[in-house]
Amino acid sequence: MNLAYRDVRHNLFRFVLTCLGLSLLMAVVLAMIGIYNGLVADALNIVKAPQADLWVVEADTQGPFAEASKIPGGTRDAVIRLHGVSEAGSITYQTVEADHAGETLRLYVIGFEPGRPGGPQTIAEGRGITQTHFELVADRETGLVVGDRIRLGRNSFAVVGLVEDTMNSGGDPAAFVTLSDAQTLQSQLAPPAQRVQVARGAGLLESADTVAAVIARLEPTADPEDVARTVRQWKHLGALTQAEQEAILLGSVVDRAKRQIGLFLAILLTVSAVVIALIIYTMTMEKLKQIATLKLIGAPDRTIVALIVQQSVALGMVGWSFGLILILLVKDAFPRRVVLEPVNAAALAGIILVVCIAASGLGVRAALKVDPATAIGG
Amino acid sequence: MTDASSRQPLIEIAGVSKHYGEGETRVDALRDVNLTMHRGEVVALLGPSGSGKTTLLNIIGCIIDPTEGRVTLDGERVYDDRWLRRDLRKLRLDKIGFIFQFHNLLPFLNATDNVALVLRLAGRTAAEAQARAVELLDYLEIGHRKDAMPALLSGGEAQRVAIARALANSPRIILADEPTAALDSKRAGIVMDLMRKLAAEQDACIVAVTHDEKIYDRFDQLFHLRDGVLDH
Repeated sequence: MNLAYRDVRHNLFRFVLTCLGLSLLMAVVLAMIGIYNGLVADALNIVKAPQADLWVVEADTQGPFAEASKIPGGTRDAVIRLHGVSEAGSITYQTVEADHAGETLRLYVIGFEPGRPGGPQTIAEGRGITQTHFELVADRETGLVVGDRIRLGRNSFAVVGLVEDTMNSGGDPAAFVTLSDAQTLQSQLAPPAQRVQVARGAGLLESADTVAAVIARLEPTADPEDVARTVRQWKHLGALTQAEQEAILLGSVVDRAKRQIGLFLAILLTVSAVVIALIIYTMTMEKLKQIATLKLIGAPDRTIVALIVQQSVALGMVGWSFGLILILLVKDAFPRRVVLEPVNAAALAGIILVVCIAASGLGVRAALKVDPATAIGG
Repeated sequence: MTDASSRQPLIEIAGVSKHYGEGETRVDALRDVNLTMHRGEVVALLGPSGSGKTTLLNIIGCIIDPTEGRVTLDGERVYDDRWLRRDLRKLRLDKIGFIFQFHNLLPFLNATDNVALVLRLAGRTAAEAQARAVELLDYLEIGHRKDAMPALLSGGEAQRVAIARALANSPRIILADEPTAALDSKRAGIVMDLMRKLAAEQDACIVAVTHDEKIYDRFDQLFHLRDGVLDH
């Protein structure tokens, strides 16, 4: 005879209502985990998309994602001739705001060389870029559809294809254009002060043929570290392996967001623990007379402890389940991608289990202190 | 009345005192109480509020220990140094049944399960416990309400279920705290007759605390307590 189950069944409405309240907290916890995962996934997707082994960037910089990197466009030809390099392609990254359908759209424009590394890997709808100019492949999150036209800088681009899950760490959806279009766009969007200087003839006119990085794929037998060392011998260039690039991105760009969300998660879990403890304590206090009766008729402490701990765990697990269902239902409505892996949900379940057992301690303590004489009014 | 003298003592209270606090705050709840109760007897503890009735009931029920004196239940001396709290709880489970003023049924268990719970705690299987619980409810003529939750039982019905629970483990001693206080005189009479019948059939001793003068004639012995002292 499971007393916890019987008690829950007897007060089912109140139990479910309490679970629903708790599930909202769980949903927020899961949402925060999902948002963090989405942040990391988006950031890594951009880095992983080109399937590069090596990133050749401006010397003494951390690559195009952490800080500005500008190298001559011709660098690609030098890189591809290195021993161990099988493919290389120039790439640019810039964030652009454009008007579309009466709204301002923020795009993460990626300029790449068609036929070389750096372009979209999988086209979800439409086709890839085949023309030299004014075609664009956008992430579905932009809201653009195949056939749309959008003005970037002084030129109008036709949307010919759509990709999915391609955003930068700031959540801006990607738009792929050819490298030459991206370079033109870069010069058109250069800061006004620079353009004024250029118009006045002051200073040197900077070459338009610059790129953010050259990405290289290596022969299977080549060691990325060896090739990177070779690249670093050129004084104006730096080189990062794919692993270093990902570590930099997570370490510098995502780290603060990670700590922020981590702290928020810790606060939420603490709040959940306090809420569970209060609920269980209140439920126990309401049952003191029944607990006294149980003691009086000879129920051992383990029966009473089980009654409280099992209810606490049931509360946590049902709250967790409802929270999980809730977040799975609404996650697509979030403006940023929410990525929930089964391991996250399982880890939270484990944490909630521990929190519930710990939180029930207060109730257990109160129950064990109950004098059985209370049952007979003594 | 039962011929108590021919029966073996079941409860022996010898020189029992109980006080709370010390010095100026000391309260003597019981002072040198001596009494003996036998198998098959139905006895009442009478007295005004604060006279020590409940304290004595709690001492017999192994709920609180006396400050001084000796308590022997069914030939076994309790409250000496070897008794642990869990042993006293086990003793209650095995030898003592309780009937409360307001029945104290667990609201989340139906009538049968309230009775069966005691048997489950005593280690009986679910099937055995259920069968015995139904048997007891039938015996107390409340079998037709065996699936009812306590909230749906009348006062008399709930008290019968509580009596069935007290009897479930065939205890030697049944302690009742104002068992008829929540009942009208007709139902109070029925409950007392039932308790007398049970005491005889189960060879148990029933000790009741009561203020209900209407049922005094249903007891074999009346013990009057005043300011913690027993008036014979």
